[in-house]
Amino acid sequence: MPTASTTSASAQRSVKDLRLGETGTICCLKDPEMALKLLEMGCIPGTRVTLNGRAPLGCPITLHVDGEYTLSLRVSEAATILLKE
Amino acid sequence: MGRGAVLEAEQTAAQSVSFESVRLTRIALIGNPNSGKSSLFNQLTGLNQKVGNFPGVTVDRKTGTAQLTPHHRAAIIDLPGTYSLYPKSLDEKVITDLLYDRGSSEYPDFVVVTADASNLKRNLLLYTQLADLQLPMVLALNMMDTAEQHGIQIDVAELQRQLGVPIIPMNARKGVGITALKIVMAQELGPPTQTFYQPSEELLPMIRQIRYYFNLHNDYLALHYAHQYQRLAFLSADERSYIHELCQRYGFDSVSQQAQETIARYAHISELLLDVVRVTRAEKNESYSNRIDRVLTHRVWGYLIFLGILFLLFQAIFAWAQYPMDLIDQGVAWLGGQLKARASGPLVDLAADGILAGLGGVLMFIPQIALLFAFIAVLEESGYMARVTFMMDRIMRKFGLNGKSVVPLISGMACAVPAIMSTRTIENWKDRIITIFVVPLMSCSARIPVYTVLVALVVPDEPVLGIFNLQGVALMGLYLLGFVSAVLSAWVLKTLLRAKERSFFIMEFPVYRWPRWKNVGLTIVEKVKAFVFQAGKVIVAISVLLWVLASYGPGSALQQAETQARTEAAQRAFTPEQTDNLIASQKLESSYAGVFGRSIEPVIRPLGFDWKIGIALITSFAAREVFVGTISTIYSVGQDADMSTVREKLLAEKGPDGQPFFTPARAFSLLVFYVFAMQCVSTLATTYRETKGWTWPLLQLVYMTGLAYAASLLVYQLMK
Repeated sequence: MPTASTTSASAQRSVKDLRLGETGTICCLKDPEMALKLLEMGCIPGTRVTLNGRAPLGCPITLHVDGEYTLSLRVSEAATILLKE
Repeated sequence: MGRGAVLEAEQTAAQSVSFESVRLTRIALIGNPNSGKSSLFNQLTGLNQKVGNFPGVTVDRKTGTAQLTPHHRAAIIDLPGTYSLYPKSLDEKVITDLLYDRGSSEYPDFVVVTADASNLKRNLLLYTQLADLQLPMVLALNMMDTAEQHGIQIDVAELQRQLGVPIIPMNARKGVGITALKIVMAQELGPPTQTFYQPSEELLPMIRQIRYYFNLHNDYLALHYAHQYQRLAFLSADERSYIHELCQRYGFDSVSQQAQETIARYAHISELLLDVVRVTRAEKNESYSNRIDRVLTHRVWGYLIFLGILFLLFQAIFAWAQYPMDLIDQGVAWLGGQLKARASGPLVDLAADGILAGLGGVLMFIPQIALLFAFIAVLEESGYMARVTFMMDRIMRKFGLNGKSVVPLISGMACAVPAIMSTRTIENWKDRIITIFVVPLMSCSARIPVYTVLVALVVPDEPVLGIFNLQGVALMGLYLLGFVSAVLSAWVLKTLLRAKERSFFIMEFPVYRWPRWKNVGLTIVEKVKAFVFQAGKVIVAISVLLWVLASYGPGSALQQAETQARTEAAQRAFTPEQTDNLIASQKLESSYAGVFGRSIEPVIRPLGFDWKIGIALITSFAAREVFVGTISTIYSVGQDADMSTVREKLLAEKGPDGQPFFTPARAFSLLVFYVFAMQCVSTLATTYRETKGWTWPLLQLVYMTGLAYAASLLVYQLMK
């Protein structure tokens, strides 16, 4: 299920918190409507994503999705993708 | 719709030749953005279409005909690139409107699905949805060469077995595999034998009711009706409320159902690909793109390089385009002169000064449009445009714009017409409308002659701070005023407009590629044709109208004016040239345009303008650059006078009180008016064409003219 578990949502890291080059595994997607777009683009829970780069002003960012292709998205959008601990 | 008409003609011709096939086979091309769909379309049809590296380049639905075998022709529809059958933008809605309406005359006989072999998992999502709709289809597995470079090996025979669909491995950019695809396309195709997703049991009663009510051929289509009934254009209000009630009764939650479906599909695809795809070495091309990005999106170099490219673009549009523009201008003038030298009469005047001048006004823009789109096409094709968007998004978003608004805004400083045309790459409706709306506030090249004359008139030609010239500073101030007003208007509009869809920036970041020059060429031809045939018609019509207004007057007013001018000239012993100028000036004064100029004088007097400027304002409605010509005629300096003559004449002009008429207050009021006012028929025509209605061009006209009036009023009353 793409919705966040309500218990520890606030403390959980999201894609926004990844360091450059760091890889994380998607746990769930917070925003149900945006989740639909992200899921379509392959950001399925369990998928590994790597922070590939940041725009000069820090937003948007680019991600490697599952080693397959590069996705660009805004930081606010990245914050809705929560990572597994 | 020049090409549409040609296409229709072709289709009718094909239909009348082959009696055995009543109509052409209808084939829809569908696939992810960047999956090479447009390249395939170009290869199949040879018709103008472009392929870009920028997600969502194909905004319009394009059609063409393809000769599959010597006896088999097919109509091909190129659908916008999409990642799934759940539309996220207005463009993608075209697809569901076409594929879900079996009764439509456009309904395809089968579809060709393109998939990027180097990115198979994500590309197969759309395929599995189409397979569940049970459409007859063939899968074009594109970019096999890229996949190979990335070390991805695909067992095509196994994939074909798993999917139960004919698969053609190909490389559309180079034309590899096209023949094989055509042979398959010419055959009777069936739906794939494998389906992928079963809606949950508890939804089945609802799905079945929809299915039987609409007489649909499968459950999955019925499920999509439940998801999308509000957006499907072909459903009636009654049909929508029927589905709405059903959804309510069964507690159908569209969002969570969609999420579940996508997750289930990806799980299925991942499992399936385990037996099909073998990755032998790490990706190479990606890091090569990354290395380029380290420079091109660098926090310093990135912006500097972008500025450099902009500089080159400006140079191209202002300097290089000038030569062909002058040639066109002179050519049209020469033609008009020839025409007038050989014949005379009102019809010849209409042809030379009305139609031909209007046509010249259209043709004049072609070099700028061609150059601008050559630049844009190369930037898009190479993948650089996605980087510009990436670097500028944060800044532009503050003002209700989008990273993709940067190029149209900058192009607007050359000419708003191609700039508005280039907003097509913005998928989001609200962002695109705002961009279109504010682009004409950027000072375009047509304002330059007006600015030059008036600035030279009232701003002294002296240095500031040792290096700058005061006139140059004033000119820059006018450009800045235009830019600031565009950004602020965007911000205001952002708060006023309600979005039709959410603005996402979630998009594929393409790898760098060498542009295909054929595609660049096709883009240029396509844009120029669109401008000449669509905006051109309106421009010529308005030019003719303005010519009529300026050449005819009520009753015998014009003749009287001419006789009067002749007597006056005789009394003051004018040279023939001076006499002609005086006659032209007096005639314009008594023409309908002159009458209008006088009638609007009460309205523009608070701005410091008199009826003479009123005439110039009316005639420059067609195009701003007409201002200088009209002013020259009114002050009887002759049409061909150069700038300094015009300036002297204006300086010498005295008001009723005997003081110089063009005070700084008046000149600045007029300058500010020209910064803001919507005085360009071509722009309005382009906005009409791009927004498909009169609402936005009219709003633009009212808003900009209102802004111009208010700003001029403020300037004149404060400086007076």
